[in-house]
Amino acid sequence: MADAKLAEAPAKAAGGAEVLSVRDLQAWYGESHILHGINFNVKAGEVVTLLGRNGAGKTTTLKAVMGIIGKRTGSIRFDNQEIIRASSDRIARKGIAFCPEERGIFASLDVRENLLLPPVVRPGGLSLEQIFALFPNLKERLYSQGTKLSGGEQQMLAIARILRTGARFLMLDEPTEGLAPVIIQQIGHTIARLKSEGFTILLVEQNFRFASTVADRYYIVEHGKVIDGFANSELSANMDKLHTYLGV
Amino acid sequence: MQALYAQLLVGLINGSFYALLSLGLAVIFGMLNIINFAHGALYMMGAFTAYFLLSLGGLGYWWALIIAPIVVGIFGMILERTMLQWLAGLDHLYGLLLTFGIALIVQGVFQNYFGSSGLPYAIPDYPQIGDWRGLQGGINLGFMFLPIYRGWVVIFSLVVCFATWFLIEKTQLGAYLRAATENPTLVRAFGINVPRMITLTYGLGVGLAALAGVLSAPINQVRPLMGADLIIVVFAVVVIGGMGSIMGSIITGFALGVIEGLTKYFYPEASNTVVFVLMVLVLLVKPTGLTGRAA
Repeated sequence: MADAKLAEAPAKAAGGAEVLSVRDLQAWYGESHILHGINFNVKAGEVVTLLGRNGAGKTTTLKAVMGIIGKRTGSIRFDNQEIIRASSDRIARKGIAFCPEERGIFASLDVRENLLLPPVVRPGGLSLEQIFALFPNLKERLYSQGTKLSGGEQQMLAIARILRTGARFLMLDEPTEGLAPVIIQQIGHTIARLKSEGFTILLVEQNFRFASTVADRYYIVEHGKVIDGFANSELSANMDKLHTYLGV
Repeated sequence: MQALYAQLLVGLINGSFYALLSLGLAVIFGMLNIINFAHGALYMMGAFTAYFLLSLGGLGYWWALIIAPIVVGIFGMILERTMLQWLAGLDHLYGLLLTFGIALIVQGVFQNYFGSSGLPYAIPDYPQIGDWRGLQGGINLGFMFLPIYRGWVVIFSLVVCFATWFLIEKTQLGAYLRAATENPTLVRAFGINVPRMITLTYGLGVGLAALAGVLSAPINQVRPLMGADLIIVVFAVVVIGGMGSIMGSIITGFALGVIEGLTKYFYPEASNTVVFVLMVLVLLVKPTGLTGRAA
């Protein structure tokens, strides 16, 4: 397959050692075969975005890396350790944090409890003061029920709570979905800020315009495979292809 | 009036057992999504553990209060690891049938060796301080005579119920538990060993049942079917209170005990059915129970 080669090609765009390396990842939801051999990698300090149409397998890829897909084969190496067979709690403790598409704010917990829920897996996470500096809204609503927050605030809470844990590798699944432009902008600033502080981010986005403001590299996912990949600097040269891939 | 107060006290005692048992059922249902029909049998095992500790080991009531919930809790955790965990994700019916089967087996084994009649278990007569002989005897409150042991059961149950509520609603461990009740997959993806937490939760719920069994031993004697008789009413309590809420199951447990007691005084003929009549009414008006969340 050309996949493996193509996964390497754009990687030179940014520095850093390889943090995540996914090879021939296949995954199933029950009987249905969703991922048919995903290949990509993420280097330390990069923001890498998976693009693709609805149902292409982007979310499933994140979930497979997180270990919350029942059956998966192939290889997922994180910090040079194979994690394809690890349970999701073990994977989290290795330093991968996941912010799901549906945000996953708990209704039976208040904002404070939601924020403090993910256990600290290693030192170096953001303190509560740093988090409140990033997301001042959360401080004001600390004792509200988690699901009483607005969509934007819930998204911020979902991101904020994984910054405490000390995980340096964040997977954000469509953080801008259904949000107002001003909130999207705020989330964009947050991602840029996290990148400047050395976080490595794997992003799934439908909103290509948003992705282009934060990403270093892109991979195109289609029918459960990575079919293309390029760096942000090669973006203008690839616009036509991209329109075809995304159908926009 | 004496009789009314006496019935109120009986109601509070029964309410204590309802609350401890329905609390455990609510916690287990929340985490495991299993309607634990074995709860009555485990309550009975708690009482029998107290009986064995005394008759075989010479360890009295106060030891039993600590040891029985642990022993039965461990038995429960073994059940969860070996059987219940495989039912995750299946319809409620499977858990109900499996735990019902476990209840029948456990009760059958005890009946085989101990028959159906009750074994006596004395109210503890120690520590002895001055005129106090443990929890024996009673106090004349003026308007009624209060047997000390009964007062103890009510107060101790309230303390245990409140402590459980506090654990679940106000601590970090409780936050994990509530979150895992909502979305176990995500909680696990945050790095929490959810399967182990589920096992411990089942142990906790079962331990509460065993504790209720020890408390009940001096009042109701120790019988293999003591739990089978009680559990039906407790399930009605749970239906009335709603499965979702910890405080709901505590309050409903005590309230229904009192209502039953009052019915015994004002209209004794209905005392055995009043809880079920209330259950039907609640199901007609609010099928999720008084404090339950919609599914």
